[in-house]
Amino acid sequence: MSGAAVAARPAGGRAFTWAAAAVLAALVAGAVFAPVLSPAPFDRLDLVGTLEGPSARHPLGQDRLGRDVLAGILYGGRVSLTVGLAVVGVSLVAGTLVGFAAGYAGGWVDEVVMRVVDVLLAFPGILLAIALAGVLGPDLGNLILALSVLGWVGFARLVRGEVRSLRHREFVTAARVLGAGPARLAWRHILPGLAGPLAVQATFAVASTILAESSLSFLGLGPQDVPTWGGLLSQGVDYLLFAPHLALFPGLAIMATVLGINVLGDRLRDRLDPRSAGRGGAV
Amino acid sequence: MIRRRLLTLVPTVLGVVTLVFAFVHLVPGDPVDVMLGETARPADRAALRAELGLDRPLWAQYTAYLGGVARGDLGRSIAYRRPVAELVASRLPATLELAGWSLVVALAIAVPVGVLAAVRRDTGFDRGSLVASLLGVSMPNFWLGPLLVLAFAVHLRWLPVSGRDGWSSVVLPAITLGTGLAAILARMLRAGLVEVLDAEYLRAARARGVGEAKVVWVHALRNGCLPVVTLLGLQLGSLFSGAVITEAVFAWPGVGTLLLRAIQGRDYPLVQGCVLVISLGYVLANLLADLVHRWLDPVQGVTDGK
Repeated sequence: MSGAAVAARPAGGRAFTWAAAAVLAALVAGAVFAPVLSPAPFDRLDLVGTLEGPSARHPLGQDRLGRDVLAGILYGGRVSLTVGLAVVGVSLVAGTLVGFAAGYAGGWVDEVVMRVVDVLLAFPGILLAIALAGVLGPDLGNLILALSVLGWVGFARLVRGEVRSLRHREFVTAARVLGAGPARLAWRHILPGLAGPLAVQATFAVASTILAESSLSFLGLGPQDVPTWGGLLSQGVDYLLFAPHLALFPGLAIMATVLGINVLGDRLRDRLDPRSAGRGGAV
Repeated sequence: MIRRRLLTLVPTVLGVVTLVFAFVHLVPGDPVDVMLGETARPADRAALRAELGLDRPLWAQYTAYLGGVARGDLGRSIAYRRPVAELVASRLPATLELAGWSLVVALAIAVPVGVLAAVRRDTGFDRGSLVASLLGVSMPNFWLGPLLVLAFAVHLRWLPVSGRDGWSSVVLPAITLGTGLAAILARMLRAGLVEVLDAEYLRAARARGVGEAKVVWVHALRNGCLPVVTLLGLQLGSLFSGAVITEAVFAWPGVGTLLLRAIQGRDYPLVQGCVLVISLGYVLANLLADLVHRWLDPVQGVTDGK
């Protein structure tokens, strides 16, 4: 039992959680106030300052066209946050609806949904998103679509499992006998209990979506008209020898964001579901 | 049991092939226009349309595609003018080599770390390993790769920057791809071991005078790694799709770089072939993990019910 209680203690302690939250807040603020905070507009070229390292005027240096890297990262954060929130929002709603329908209706509806889930999960990791974004063309909307195609699956499985286990519990049967329809059952009796696990899953999903978005942008499958963290990093890799700061800072932004969200997700899970803490499965 | 597991593969594989078939029809606009450009000669366009079978009804295209896949015929690449199956097969050994070594790296890190974290739970080592694994899963491998290149190839000059030439060229890509998996596996292994370490059969073994090392590494590990084997199969997905990105970072001549070049060149038959082969490989790897799980735990049906 003592072993079970251990994992509930936050990794690295409370300070670690606060540090993660602070870094995350700074990155979000940076993205929101990018136009105000940027030392120079990102599209301003400066052919004298190409590949220059960090300086007073350009705290994170300049890229191959002399553009300000800090501005690129601030604006790139907008893409990552937009994609992260949009994909998880769409996935959360769609996954909950589908999962509820499958778990509640059972029978062939459930069978069809689970077969579709099996097929989507047969594509490893983000391969399907890579292929879809590649086929649809590099664009913000296509990126969100490509990542949402797989995104809903996790939510659907969570809701379906819970609905199936609750469907025949007494309080649900009682509500049904009293005349509650499926919508009311879902909204009033089943979903409230699921809010916690869904919130935890959504938090982790934002982190993994941002990681996936950066990966796709790195591969050249993200939006082309605005800076993205993955895109900046990909350009930086070409100048690794002469200007390592170009690859360093965008990567740091991605990792700090993903790590920050994962740490908060961990903490949220420990708080909402002490049982899971015993499983030690922080990662 | 095994036969039933194999039967469940049929609809999944069929679904994968169907979705991959649909790729060409998801292309916005006319795929022939997209591939050849709008200035292409009508004769060339008609020829490509016929070659891809796009002039036939959808149903005929679908059955032809299914039949082709069943025979191992994945169509012809537009850019390379060669059979897709042949191109993918020529790149497959490089990807398997990368994935294999990455798995070795992942296990070499995860097993000792996971076991030590479980045995010394609630110590600095345990918490340190949790922080390290959080870092590991949050580190994009398209960032870790360049950082490793900077340190070990550019500054120290120990290892090549990129390409596939000799054993030393696989080291950095394998570490890049393996660490993320190691982070996840170490935590799962720790969790699995913590659950069994206090079990009665282990206390019995200790009472019989079995040494603690043998208790942990032989008795506990065998049971503690059961959930890990199944999850390892699923986690191979991150290895397979991560291979695409890692191959891009290191210019590794595998299926991943082939896929990316196909996407850039709008070579849709080649895109389909690469995605199909990687996905079916993943499905097979999962099947294998299931079979290993059954072999390790013959009474699965009983223990599952608890």
